[in-house]
Amino acid sequence: MTSRPDDRGRFGEFGGRYAPETLMPALAELEGAFDDAWVDAGFRSELDALLRDYVGRPTPLYAAERLSAHLGIRLLLKREDLAHTGAHKINNTVGQALLTRRMGKRRVIAETGAGQHGVATATACALLGLECAVYMGAVDIERQALNVRRMEMLGAEVIPVTTGASTLKDAVSAALRDWVGSVETTHYIIGSVVGPHPFPFIVRQFQRVIGEETILQLDGATPDVVVACVGGGSNSMGMFHPFVESGADLVGVEAGGLGIGSGRHGASLNAGSPGVLHGSRTYMLQDDEGQVVEAHSISAGLDYPGVGPEHSYFKDAGLARYASVTDDEALAAMDLLSRMEGIIPALEPAHALAWITREREALAGRTVVLCLSGRGDKDVEQVAGLR
Amino acid sequence: MTLAEAFATVRGAETALLLPYLMAGLPSVDHSIGLFETAAAAGADGFEIGIPYADPLMDGPVIQEAGRRALEAGTTMADGIEVARRVTASTGLPCLVMTYVNPVLRIGPVEFGRRAAGAGVEALILADLPVDESGPIAAGLAESGVGMVQFAAPTTSDARLQRIAAARPAFVYCVAEMGVTGERDRSGGRARGLVERVRAVTDAPAVIGVGISTPAAARAAAQVADGVIVGSALVRRVLEADDAAEARAAVGRAVGELAAAVHGA
Repeated sequence: MTSRPDDRGRFGEFGGRYAPETLMPALAELEGAFDDAWVDAGFRSELDALLRDYVGRPTPLYAAERLSAHLGIRLLLKREDLAHTGAHKINNTVGQALLTRRMGKRRVIAETGAGQHGVATATACALLGLECAVYMGAVDIERQALNVRRMEMLGAEVIPVTTGASTLKDAVSAALRDWVGSVETTHYIIGSVVGPHPFPFIVRQFQRVIGEETILQLDGATPDVVVACVGGGSNSMGMFHPFVESGADLVGVEAGGLGIGSGRHGASLNAGSPGVLHGSRTYMLQDDEGQVVEAHSISAGLDYPGVGPEHSYFKDAGLARYASVTDDEALAAMDLLSRMEGIIPALEPAHALAWITREREALAGRTVVLCLSGRGDKDVEQVAGLR
Repeated sequence: MTLAEAFATVRGAETALLLPYLMAGLPSVDHSIGLFETAAAAGADGFEIGIPYADPLMDGPVIQEAGRRALEAGTTMADGIEVARRVTASTGLPCLVMTYVNPVLRIGPVEFGRRAAGAGVEALILADLPVDESGPIAAGLAESGVGMVQFAAPTTSDARLQRIAAARPAFVYCVAEMGVTGERDRSGGRARGLVERVRAVTDAPAVIGVGISTPAAARAAAQVADGVIVGSALVRRVLEADDAAEARAAVGRAVGELAAAVHGA
């Protein structure tokens, strides 16, 4: 099991550094800064203190008893929705904001889909006094208005992106273009385990805390199945990575959108093929010409035509398996968790729960850990509008 | 004339080659060929033929929009190769193809090289392919004798320049400005120093591009480099034109002014 990508930034045949030359020195600088920081006890203790006192870690591992009884399984929820700002994204942004300061940079850019990464980045920047600009697709600005207001209140500038489908892929591209021009003074806090090396590695390292805590909270027990949603794949990789050698069945759930057969989905691992997107070689949605195909998902955070390269490696190496659920299944799961447990999940982890409910007969009697990656406040208005 | 022969004519002189970039398939396949021919008549010395890509990370708004329109019009890789075939045949000028790595990987570098060589294309420029990742692709292209261009940026260290030189590029594309492609009010501020550093490590021609949009900037670039690339300033004229005739007139005029600046330096 490869813990670190090889010296070309690859997990098996995936990953790498397909970036404009202008960015290459900054990527090398970032890799060096991360490696130094990661073995620096001072950095780690500052990060750990912030995760504890500011983010509110460890987040609980909650036994969802009513829903467990309903489904006939033992369901444990890793409550990332209870982390500060309402999702797991803050684990990465606090870490990368500390790195930004360590590299002597004063400005941060980020992309955001559902707005959770944008809010988490704006939050970490406010905490450390860094200037912050967040690129967000115009379609996502529309469907995630609450998070736009939050970012602005936190002092960040939200920059609308109107290219392509005006969603997450386009926001990543716009942030990368900004970075090509600003790289000498600006750090790009990418929000998932995607992008050119070292981003997939760094973000995974900052998100591993999810799985590491879960293992401690299980107190020696091994779950039968660990389930998480996969868009770019940061909550799932953070959860899965520490479990790789545990024997647990690791299941990533992608956005099936209107159904895989409709072609309107975000299921890169299930229905895509290897190519280069946003700086790394990975499974992606593309046509016969090698042109990127637009993704579709009801969930802005999963509406992405690529996936982190380490997930591509996990898929091909059989270290995890990947399924998909449709928009409608995710909506039903959102309702189910809300009514059975009094927890309104974000649409993203509702996908993971939807897979569990669909597979409940096969999972009967098993212990299942679900990474509840974020809370659903941001989605309430959008979902209400669908009814 | 081959690219190498063309560069030999300006080596050591205070003039350079003018290498305009235009997008294949904009406004249509046939009309884009007409634009290259117009540019040749107006004094261009060779071409970068852009093949549109859906997610052009290194491009600013003008070339993004050009690519969007070309793809919307149905432009394919085969169309791009066909544009190259007809432009090399009718103008006799050296041509390069510029696109992004994924469409080339999709065909496969060996097959892409075979098709490109068949169309008379001398080299390939991939905006998102740094030297670190270029080995397998360059090897595939080399089977058909197609070369690769390597980029150098103001941020590129001397150690990286050594690696770039060792890749034996068709030329070194020296990025004049930090940032994506697009017109700039001023430009080339950091290009001179970069070209000097490139010359210290390789005999490969040094070509300046990104942000060169005016005759004055092109002239300044020509005084230090072997070639000057102008893209967005020309593509914008194509986007703004009401019809193909207006686009040809505007591109012809602009290339004429740029050629005078680059050649008369």
